Amino acid sequence: MKINLRDPNIVMKLSKLGSFHQSKLSFLRSFLKEFKDWKYSRDLFELDENGYGRAVYSFKKDNRTYSMVCFANQLNDDERSDRVIATKWDAAFVLHDGTPTKKDLDRLNENVPKQEIGRLSYKELTLSRANKSVRVFDHVVDSLANGKQPDKNILSKVGYLYRTTAVYGSGKFGLADRFRIKNRKEIYGPFRLEMMLVYLIRQFTFDQVNHIAKCNNPRKSVELDKDICRNLGIGNSTGLGMAPFIINHPTLLNNWILARETALKKIREIKEVKIRDSKNFFKCLKKSIKNITSWHTDSEFQQKKIKELLNDLNKFILFLEKEFNFDQDYPFNAIYLWSENNLCDESIEYIVSMMMEPYDDIITPLINQMSSEEEKYFNIPTSKTVNDLKNILENKYTNILKIDFSKKESNQNFWFISKNKLEPRVANRYIEDGSNLEEPLAIARDIKKLYERLSNQKNILLIGKFLIENNDLRHIVRRAFLIEKFPYSEIQDNTIGSNLIPIDMLRLKLSFFGALKFDPKSDKWLRICMFQGAPLPTELKNIDDQWIYNSLN
Amino acid sequence: MRTLSEIDMTSKRACKAMGFPWGIAEEVGKNMRILEMFGLPGIRNLNQYFKNYKNQHFQIISLIAKSNVSPKIPYCPIVLGTNFLDQISILEELNEIKFNNVAYPLIFLPFVSRASEIIGKKIHLKLDENNFLLCFNNYIYSNNSISNIIDNCKNLDIKFIENQDSFTENEWNELYQLSENTFLEETDSLKQTAAGAGLSDND
Repeated sequence: MKINLRDPNIVMKLSKLGSFHQSKLSFLRSFLKEFKDWKYSRDLFELDENGYGRAVYSFKKDNRTYSMVCFANQLNDDERSDRVIATKWDAAFVLHDGTPTKKDLDRLNENVPKQEIGRLSYKELTLSRANKSVRVFDHVVDSLANGKQPDKNILSKVGYLYRTTAVYGSGKFGLADRFRIKNRKEIYGPFRLEMMLVYLIRQFTFDQVNHIAKCNNPRKSVELDKDICRNLGIGNSTGLGMAPFIINHPTLLNNWILARETALKKIREIKEVKIRDSKNFFKCLKKSIKNITSWHTDSEFQQKKIKELLNDLNKFILFLEKEFNFDQDYPFNAIYLWSENNLCDESIEYIVSMMMEPYDDIITPLINQMSSEEEKYFNIPTSKTVNDLKNILENKYTNILKIDFSKKESNQNFWFISKNKLEPRVANRYIEDGSNLEEPLAIARDIKKLYERLSNQKNILLIGKFLIENNDLRHIVRRAFLIEKFPYSEIQDNTIGSNLIPIDMLRLKLSFFGALKFDPKSDKWLRICMFQGAPLPTELKNIDDQWIYNSLN
Repeated sequence: MRTLSEIDMTSKRACKAMGFPWGIAEEVGKNMRILEMFGLPGIRNLNQYFKNYKNQHFQIISLIAKSNVSPKIPYCPIVLGTNFLDQISILEELNEIKFNNVAYPLIFLPFVSRASEIIGKKIHLKLDENNFLLCFNNYIYSNNSISNIIDNCKNLDIKFIENQDSFTENEWNELYQLSENTFLEETDSLKQTAAGAGLSDND
């Protein structure tokens, strides 16, 4: 039986994309799998009794070394901010390409704690900073210093000791451009080095609490229990900075979604599912419920989604146990169709993620296809005709062409870059000034405008000639030709409409990262947790690929 | 040192800030990345061009012909370059194209370099006394080392180079014969047993 890929007009709606969950394709999971046989070591650990100082951790294999260099600093409580606009952090981190020399460490010491206003070199790959979750951090240190393990209830509410507020890579602030490293096989999957940095930060947080506790009370202190360590992740606060990313990298977005859709298609096409695989699917599904029940958020929007998800999954489990039989042809297709008819988007996408769990053979090859050589697709095929372009718009942007942009609510928002903070922002164009400096992120509006403009042209006119008078739409012509080759490259929704929920865009990206426990703090920023349940670096050799469901809290 | 990613982004935004549309600004961002990667002073020239842009008139060209002359007002290298790129499939047939009076011609150069990649032909570009060989946007060879601002070019000539060998057939054969010394002459036994395919296709 041949199953079609799901329709981009449905999959690429923002509400759908905002319902995605982590899966076997997620970058933090594929990173751990790729680096499981690399040699991990803590090469330097020079912290004072308060935990301030520097440390170096590395992964090595053959002639390659990646070193995370950490600088932990004193920070007053009133200086601690989640926002990307902060200027001081509890700790700052960089991933250095190779083993840093003393000279490198001194240079990094001068620059890494400054983050955006510091300057890195081509020898550095990714940059980050993090703040303590103070209530958890202090509780853990105090407990360990007194010879006790921390209260798991307190830990479970937060899930981490530190949270990062940004992770930078690819040419930012002097970091190496991607072209310098793109041919390294171990980083073929996207965001591998960002994931490595975050993972090593997590280990630093454990070492730091152990160190401070020992300094506070050398005789009585104990080390943080390894099971507890495994159940702690690393937090992250994410704002609008991520939202334009998925619009500005259309081929990359396509490759992420296409991998997911291809996986789903192939799984639905499996005629006979082995008992081992159906059991694996069911086991992951049941274990994963723990991740949902321990998902704490104050956001009513998210609480509603979690409640709906939990109800749906219980309904689904009941269906599997009472009504469903895997001993039928194409059982995963039947499951998918049942979920489409009975469950909400959040739950459908959750089950899609679960369906991937038994199938290493399907997923592993797809992971290497999730990067993109974006430069290759930059040129506009100007020898094509107006008719070619019109056909693309009519076939690939069907829903977008139906949006009525003469309505005020369809144009309500505009995206801009804050001059003060160099960060993307979104504002109401009818209330705020500044829409003349709008970023080119209103794709739906501009597609509609392009279609109207093309309708007044002769069909045989070459695009090269059309552009002579219409270069104001050049950016959108480029995108429209991309979607011909990359069907999932475009969000099929209005990114400036009054009903826009920007965190849907963040959620999409974070789900591909492998984040858990989305905790929206408004419609524009949220907190998440990464690597909760993950093995420690010394345990990677025997990694259980489904570690993400082992979390106890 | 600024990264190529920063060069691309900042050039793009500066170009937009000068009043060019986003789509053209994207082209300029990519072009500055190319120039700086090849060691040519893209940022320096672009910066100077933008300083003059508001106070000076630049000629806008739409359809490019075999000979393009603007005696008084120099051509804008960005509009010229964009149109050159957009019309390349037609321009290629002209074999040679001449422009007279082009402002900041180094800004125009990466458009031609990218055109070379699109049509799959090397392009010879002459900016007054400076000669460039643009090879499929992979290499740029120049007879001069250029690190300064070139604010104008009186004569800009473009020649499309047909794909042909740079060596004689005899030179090729001599080299080929040498390479044959790495092959093994097959014995009858090897002919029978060493090939993977069948000896006959008539089955």
